Amino acid sequence: MKLRSILAALAVAVSGPAFADGHEPTKVGFVYVGPIGDGGWTYEHHQGLLAVEEEFGDKVETMYVENVPEGADAERVMTQMALQGADLIFTTSFGYMDPTINVAAKFPDVKFEHATGFKRADNVSTYSARFYEGRAVQGHIAGKLTQTNKVGYIASFPIPEVIRGINSAYLHAQKVNPDVEFNIIWVFTWFDPTKEADAAKALIDQGADIILQHTDSTAPLAAAEEAGVLGFGQASDMAAFTETSRIGSIIDNWAPYYIERTRAVMDGTWESVDTWDGMDTGMVEMGAMTDKIPADVQAEAEAMMAAIAAGEYHPFTGPINKQDGSVWLAEGEVADDGALAGLSFYIEGVTGDIPN
Amino acid sequence: MDFLGINPVLLITALMIASTPILLAAIGELVVEKSGVLNLGVEGMMITGAICGFIIAVETGSPTLGFIFAAVGGAALSLIFAVITLYFLSNQVATGLALTLFGLGLSSLMGQGYQGVKPPLTSKIDMGPLTDIPVLGTILFNHDAIVYLSLALVVAVWAFLKYTRAGLILRSCGENAEAAHALGYKVKLIRMAAIAFGGACAGVGGAYISMVRVPQWVDGMTAGAGWIALAIVVFGAWRAGRVLIGAYLFGGVTVLQLNLQAAGIAIPVEYLSMSPYLITILVLVLISAGRARALGAPAALGQSFHASR
Repeated sequence: MKLRSILAALAVAVSGPAFADGHEPTKVGFVYVGPIGDGGWTYEHHQGLLAVEEEFGDKVETMYVENVPEGADAERVMTQMALQGADLIFTTSFGYMDPTINVAAKFPDVKFEHATGFKRADNVSTYSARFYEGRAVQGHIAGKLTQTNKVGYIASFPIPEVIRGINSAYLHAQKVNPDVEFNIIWVFTWFDPTKEADAAKALIDQGADIILQHTDSTAPLAAAEEAGVLGFGQASDMAAFTETSRIGSIIDNWAPYYIERTRAVMDGTWESVDTWDGMDTGMVEMGAMTDKIPADVQAEAEAMMAAIAAGEYHPFTGPINKQDGSVWLAEGEVADDGALAGLSFYIEGVTGDIPN
Repeated sequence: MDFLGINPVLLITALMIASTPILLAAIGELVVEKSGVLNLGVEGMMITGAICGFIIAVETGSPTLGFIFAAVGGAALSLIFAVITLYFLSNQVATGLALTLFGLGLSSLMGQGYQGVKPPLTSKIDMGPLTDIPVLGTILFNHDAIVYLSLALVVAVWAFLKYTRAGLILRSCGENAEAAHALGYKVKLIRMAAIAFGGACAGVGGAYISMVRVPQWVDGMTAGAGWIALAIVVFGAWRAGRVLIGAYLFGGVTVLQLNLQAAGIAIPVEYLSMSPYLITILVLVLISAGRARALGAPAALGQSFHASR
């Protein structure tokens, strides 16, 4: 690996800047936070890579690195990709935000795309999906289905994206089931099956009969399977658990976006943008519901998805109070994207504190 | 029954499961250290056992075969350490560290293609009506075979070291290898057997993580459990019973931490998360400050033996 990268760097140095001139394939790099085999978040990003390869065939050359820690190591990997002649690099985790900005400054001719972040530059775009739209549907189903009125939630890091998900799910669970209670465990990792499994077990031990997760592995579903409780696929369909614990899923469909952005680089029309798509464009997809969800609840969920996709319903529509009881959104008021992007508080009814 | 919203019976049950990998690795390492060898490669042997067991279990569909090969894999890796330290007289600390790095890399290589694969389920032992006894039934009679194996090993190791002649000989190698050699005992062979036993235990402990606790294969999934096991041997002052307490204590902190969070009790999670490691550091400081002897360490621990006199 090392020798190859040195050779590649030498080749770049000798042959001059290897940017796409119409004859050479466009090189697209992907930086992954977990292994492709996580069956969740990274798996779906890799599906996007495969879709890019299929769409453009010989005209693209892709590369990826798995298990890249969020921090200094990420900078090294991105730099290496840029030196290897990448024209476009997708950095697919929130924690790559500053590394992406740093490396992008050193390679002004390379385009960067950072997932779920908020820092942009002339050659850095950001993109994310409105996962909270899917969470609303999950919350609704969870509120309807829970027998113990306890829903377990495995949260990763206290960043706006995760907090939005908790709020959205709780809001819609509590709408259909005022007695519902959310037990939240922060595991401070995106991908650590041991911790995720332990967290799921702790939640189940305390009476949760539905497990929602904002982590990337299938370990919580495996724990739910063993205990005979229910859960949802996260980031990917996680269809392996369809027979047992998985009753639905949120699927992140990055493929259309990756194809579109790669084409923009090829055409020379790439610009730094901020994309935040949801069910309307299909970036947030809902996996098939299983018949463990009663037909009427399925119909309600379908109706909610349709309304969200059509732009008729926004999951954060007032009245919604903050956790301390103060007003966040008045009756009929809809949260604007700015407020959502920086969301850092629980809504009324969610118990516990957000760790720092 | 519930205490702060936490059911103590379920907590104890979860604690036993979470602690089993550490307990297995620690009880193996205890025997190794009692023979006078300090093998810092526990983490590497655990992760190697984790992947060996996982692969065999997935390919054959038998968890039992998986655990057997996890033991074989762990032991095989430890024998590399044994040959290098016992016959080439390399430094035990450096070799052990290298073994950990080697094991992590090797397991990652072997695990290519096994990510996201589901292993066959390790079933709990059917104890019949015993499981239905309130409280005790859930805590004591509702586990898989490996949990009982780990407890049986603690008793066996304790009895072996305390009451058997073979145990006495093993201890003599750890206290004064020259004296044991002078009496005609084959110090190197005895130490080699101890190292292989330690490797097998660590391998099974690792496989318990990949096959029961998660169950899934992920690179580096033992995540420091081997280091905690090493610290627990010291924490337990090289006694089997105390090692058991130590392992359950450390395993317990992890599980308790998650349960407190789930129960919505406002405690600074970060402190609890780091507490096992803090205690580990504290104990290691005590050792390096030369207080190891007072804690009951084998006198010849970590010293190479060469029959030159």
